[in-house]
Amino acid sequence: MARIDTEYFRDERASDFKVIGTAVQRSDALGHVTGRTEFMEDRTFPNLAHLKIHRSSHHHALINDVDYSEALKVPGVLRVITYKDVPENWYGVLRLIGIGPDDEPVLAEDRVLYKGEPIVAVVADSEAAALEGASKVKVTYTELKAVLDVEEAMLPDTPVFKRAGTNYFVYEGHHARRIRFGDVEAGFAEADHIFEWRYSSAPIEHAPTETTGCIVVPQSGGRLLIHSNTQAAFFTLDNTALTLKRPFTDLQVKGGTVGGGFGGKVDVMVEPLACIAAAMTNRPVKFVYSREEEMQVSSPRAAERIYIKDGVMNDGRIIARKIMLYVDAGAYARHSPYGATKAAAHLPGPYTIPNVYADCHCVYTNRTPSSAMRGFGVTIADFAIESQMDQVARALHIDPLEFRLRNAYRDGDMKAHRKVASGTALIEVIQRTAELVGHELPEEYRAMSSSTPRGAGA
Amino acid sequence: MPLRIVNVKVNGVDQAFMAKPDTTLLLALREQLGLMGAKRGCAQGACGSCTVLLDGAPVVSCLVPAATIDGAAVATVEGLADGQELNDVQQAFVDGFATQCGFCTPGMIMSAEALLARNPDPTADEVNEAISGNVCRCTGYAPIVSAILEAARRRRDRAGTAEQEATR
Repeated sequence: MARIDTEYFRDERASDFKVIGTAVQRSDALGHVTGRTEFMEDRTFPNLAHLKIHRSSHHHALINDVDYSEALKVPGVLRVITYKDVPENWYGVLRLIGIGPDDEPVLAEDRVLYKGEPIVAVVADSEAAALEGASKVKVTYTELKAVLDVEEAMLPDTPVFKRAGTNYFVYEGHHARRIRFGDVEAGFAEADHIFEWRYSSAPIEHAPTETTGCIVVPQSGGRLLIHSNTQAAFFTLDNTALTLKRPFTDLQVKGGTVGGGFGGKVDVMVEPLACIAAAMTNRPVKFVYSREEEMQVSSPRAAERIYIKDGVMNDGRIIARKIMLYVDAGAYARHSPYGATKAAAHLPGPYTIPNVYADCHCVYTNRTPSSAMRGFGVTIADFAIESQMDQVARALHIDPLEFRLRNAYRDGDMKAHRKVASGTALIEVIQRTAELVGHELPEEYRAMSSSTPRGAGA
Repeated sequence: MPLRIVNVKVNGVDQAFMAKPDTTLLLALREQLGLMGAKRGCAQGACGSCTVLLDGAPVVSCLVPAATIDGAAVATVEGLADGQELNDVQQAFVDGFATQCGFCTPGMIMSAEALLARNPDPTADEVNEAISGNVCRCTGYAPIVSAILEAARRRRDRAGTAEQEATR
C-alpha cells in the first residue's frame, strides 16, 4: 500500500477519519473469487429468445430496399423488427438533460451513416437461428461518398449528411464550444516566439471483457424487467421508456454488476430493442453483443485532432494560446457534445495565460459513433497540452518542469473561463514529483507556492 | 443433429448431459450444469474468461466441443472453496485486492491453480506466462501476479508445516 503523504493541506485535513488511510475489503471480492457474482448473462430463463442485428455494410448509403422474407423462413426465427416497430425511433441519449436534437435512429430508416449501423433486428428461439436470420436479410443500397475526416466534414463544400443541417453539433447557436479571453492575436504580435503543432489521437475501444448486453423478461401486467450490464441503470431506464413511449414505471432495471465498462456501457444500445422484442413475443429476450460487435460497433473514445499555437516570451512566459480542437463524434452525437464541452472546460490546461482563444468542435463523420470513455474530452486534450509544453520547453532550452512552474496557475489567478483559481496545487505537485524522481530544481523554483501571488517576492 | 450423452466428473461429482455437435464445454457448464463461474468474454479462445481445468490442464472451455470429453474430469472455480473456507488462491486474491470488475477472476484463478499444481514455487515470470492467455481489461495484472505468488507461498508454508508435524 502506498504511503499517504499527509504533509500538504494538513490544516485542511480532518484528523478523525475512520476509513481513509486504512485498507477496507471490497464488498464484492468474495463473490468474484468464488464465481458467485451474478453478471447479466449468468441468469437463465426458460423459453429464452435471442436477438441479433443485420447491420449496414457501408459507411454512408441510401437504403433502397430491405427484404427480410428469407430471414422469416429460417427455422426458429420468431419476428423481424424494423424501424416501423420502434414507437419513438429517433433519440439522443443526452435528451434526458435537455441536449438535442435527437439525431440517431434506433434502427435505420432510409439511410445509414456508418458501417455497422443497425437496420433490422431478428428474434429467434436460439442464438444460431437469430444469427442465420440476420444474415439472410437483404438490403440494397445506393452508396454515397463517406466523410471520414473531421476537418473535411467542416468544409463548406462537403455535403451535409446530418438531418439537423450541419456536420457538427451546434452549441447555443455556435459552431463550437468556444473560449474567448483577452486578445490572442495581440498576444502573438507581442510574443518573442510562436510555436504551433498538431496533435492527433486514434479511437480507443474499451473492449470490456464482458460484452454489452441485456436480458428483458416480461412481467405480469405488461411491465418489463431489464437485466442489464449498463453502467447507468436509471439513464438506461429513462431513455428506454422514452423510446418505447411508455411510462418510466413500466420498466424495472436490475444491474450494477458490470464486467468492465470504462464508459463503454452508457449508451443504451441494447435495451430498447430487447424490450420491443420481449413485448412482441411475450418471452424473455437476450440481446448481447458478440466480441466482434463489441469491437466494431460499440462506441469508442473519440479520435481527436488538436492544433495548439502558443506565443511565448524569452523568459518562458506563455502570453497567448490558441487551440483548435476537433472531436470526431462519428455518425451520431451520443455523449460527444458533452465530451467537447469537457475539453473546453479543461483548456488551456492548468496554466495562467492572459490571452486564450479556443474552438472545440464536435464533428460528425461517417465513422462508428464515439462516446464516453474515462475522462473523455479531457484525456486527449491533456495529451496535447502537455506534449506542447514539452516541445516548447525543448525549443527554448528550458527545463520542462521549470517551464511548467513558470506558467502554473496559482490561487487568485483569473482563468480563461473567468473563474478565479482556488485550491490550486500544481506547483506543489511538480515540486514533490521532482523530488521523488531526483530531478533537482533551482532554489527559485523550490520556493514557489500556489498560495503566493504570481510575481510576489520574485 | 445427433445428440450424445456425455459423462464427466465436475468438481468431483459425476454428471451427465446431452451434447449437440456445437455444444461447447462452456455452454454445457453454464446452460446444462448451472455453473456460471466460467464466463463468455469472446467465445473465440482469446480472452481466457472461460478457463477451466480439463483433466488438470487449463483449457479455454469455449473452444472445447463437449461431445469430445466423455469420461474426463473438469474443475471450475465453484469447486475450489471448502464450504465457506476459501482456498489459498481465492484468499490471496481477496487479501491482495486482485479483483476489480471480477469478470476475468474465475479464469485467472483457474490458470493459477493449473500453474501451482505443476510448479509450487513459480517466479513472477512464470506466473506472467501462466496467465498470458487471461485478459484483465481493468488492467489489474500487478496485484493478480502478487496474489498468485502469495498463494504459492502460503501453500508451500502449509505443506512444510504438515511435513514437520508428520515427522515429529
